Amino acid sequence: MEKALFIIIAVIAVAAALNVLIQRNPLYSALSLIGTMAALSVLYVMLRAQFIAAVQIVVYAGAILVLFIFVIMLLNAPKQQLQIDKQKGLRYLAIPLAGLLLAEAFYVVWRVQDIAMPVVKEGEEAVGTTWSVGVALFTHYLLPFQVAGVLLLMALIGAVVLARREGDK
Amino acid sequence: MPALLQAATDFQTIARQAGQLIMPEAILTLFACAALILDVMLPRNRKRVVAWVCLAGIGASLVSLGILYFNISSREAARTGFFDMIIIDNYAVVFKLMFLIGAALSILLSIKYLDTEGEQRGEYYALILFSVTGMMFMASGVDLLTLFISLELMAISVYILVGFLKRDQRSNEAAMKYFLLGAFSSGVLLYGISLVYGLTGTTNLAKIAAALPTVASANYNLLGTPADMRYLVLLSMILMAAGMFFKVAAVPFHMWAPDAYEGAPTSITAFMSVAVKAASFAMFGRLFLYGLPDLRGALEGDPANNIAGLPGWALLLGIVAAITMVWGNLAALIQNNTKRLLAYSSISHAGFTLLGLIAGNQTGYTAFIIYLFIYTLMNLGVFGCIIALRRRGIAGDRMEDFNGLVRKAPWLTVMMTIFLLSLGGIPPTAGFVGKLYLFMGLIETGNPWLVRLAILAVLMSAVSLYYYIRFIRAMYIEPESEPQPLSLSRPLQTALAVAVLLVMLIGVYPQPLIRLTQKAATSQGLKTYVYEEKPAATDSTDQPGAVPLPPTPPRR
Repeated sequence: MEKALFIIIAVIAVAAALNVLIQRNPLYSALSLIGTMAALSVLYVMLRAQFIAAVQIVVYAGAILVLFIFVIMLLNAPKQQLQIDKQKGLRYLAIPLAGLLLAEAFYVVWRVQDIAMPVVKEGEEAVGTTWSVGVALFTHYLLPFQVAGVLLLMALIGAVVLARREGDK
Repeated sequence: MPALLQAATDFQTIARQAGQLIMPEAILTLFACAALILDVMLPRNRKRVVAWVCLAGIGASLVSLGILYFNISSREAARTGFFDMIIIDNYAVVFKLMFLIGAALSILLSIKYLDTEGEQRGEYYALILFSVTGMMFMASGVDLLTLFISLELMAISVYILVGFLKRDQRSNEAAMKYFLLGAFSSGVLLYGISLVYGLTGTTNLAKIAAALPTVASANYNLLGTPADMRYLVLLSMILMAAGMFFKVAAVPFHMWAPDAYEGAPTSITAFMSVAVKAASFAMFGRLFLYGLPDLRGALEGDPANNIAGLPGWALLLGIVAAITMVWGNLAALIQNNTKRLLAYSSISHAGFTLLGLIAGNQTGYTAFIIYLFIYTLMNLGVFGCIIALRRRGIAGDRMEDFNGLVRKAPWLTVMMTIFLLSLGGIPPTAGFVGKLYLFMGLIETGNPWLVRLAILAVLMSAVSLYYYIRFIRAMYIEPESEPQPLSLSRPLQTALAVAVLLVMLIGVYPQPLIRLTQKAATSQGLKTYVYEEKPAATDSTDQPGAVPLPPTPPRR
């Protein structure tokens, strides 16, 4: 079961990543990137890294949305004729699909209480929680964490150096 | 909560260690931040004060590095810290010294160059300090995570510095090329790192070294099922090597170097060709000598089950070193832009430096470090002379710009001659000492293939003399092509004088440097390797001839 789920999610992640490269419209590429990130966060959940999974969604989806807007505003994405009108047939498929999704959601809410929680082995309960990530970050990985901080500061300065207007000379 | 208490005690240990082990890096970071603030406060025509502040920072860092060195010398043991993320041993200290000297001389060279370009800005010096901080962590990192983040800290600062002359089209192009290829190579390196982590379950180099003999054996048992992981181990090793070849600009991963070197501000070209290269080699050595020592020789197969043996990284490095030396030197012959020519020359020197790693004995490792040290001095000197030729309206990077230099600036010509002869490896200079050690290391192994490699290196060294002598011919024999006099600034003169004095001093009396580098080469954890006289004669099942110099890491 877990293996099957892993394969499905992994295929989605790779396919979305490829789609990022294949799409000519930068907007579609950015959207596919969100798909990759979402699939990755599912993989993190499967590895019991809930915190990183949540961060993946919050940070990346957020960051990607910003990127999205930048792409539209700065790069002047090519305006493509949207072809929604030509696909009228799909509209009738959408209604049963939406119904199916709703039914699925209700089923999950209804049955969620009956599902036995997975047995957590000794020493595993702390993996992937905010607490364990925090402790690891500030003890074991303190040095790389600090160096990464310097790295970000430096990158920020570099961006300012390269992007500053020449007119104020 | 006992775990929290434990964390609190851990934190105290960290705080104590931080004061000592990363002091040189911490000082540099603080001075870089101070430089940024100072830059905002200073009026436009006094920005060069920032340069002196940064030099003071490098001086303070040198002092604290010295204290650290005496600390580990008196204990006669390396110190590890931050949960084995870094190690301060002689290897790290010598490389850090090298980076600090390289950075100090680069800053001295930069002051005049930026004045000429009209780009005297404080961020430049702060970025140099940040990149040196990254380099210093690269030399002492013994964890893949620390190493990679430090590498990026260094590399990204340098990408920005390459594109620092925003109004210069060539600088922009160079920065773009360097950035794209550099980012790509980092990705390749990271892929190799992730495979190693997957195979061994740790990012700590010492633990990886301990786990690899088991993982890379033909009869490795993975969760009860026999699995031959050797191909995956080799793949990860090759990916990591490819990433590092990119960084040190070894053929066939050298394409970015001539363009980046030509387009970058000359002072940054100097910095890139010495400090960045030395730092990449420091990390290369750490990864391969400290983390993957058991992949050097052949990975043994299992004749009983018809599993063939596989070659190790010594072969890969040998082939790459050979084609790097040949291609770098031959391509340099036809260049007319001096920065491009020196880029190819620096590619060929990367090939020479690799020889020290391939030799695998004490002499080889000493040569590896000593050669980088000497190369730092002499290459900075050559670029300093090119910067001296840069004047208003004259780029100074064409071979013709050297014409008749002896009549305009006799002292500069003499210094340039010494640097060039040193790069070519002519006896009374330091370059000879470095090359001698490299060749000795290879010949000492007694392995016929390595001796052939040494002969090739000597031949290529002779070829390199041709293009170094082209400079000398232009300076002494050709008539002057333009009459405009040179403007040598005091800092530039100081940097050149220091470099030339050290090059001559090391050439005549190399013992102190040799002693220092020998100490570094015998650092704990750097495994040496002895080649067998006749591979067919012995059939020991154990790792053939591996000398357990330090206590060998325990096998899992």
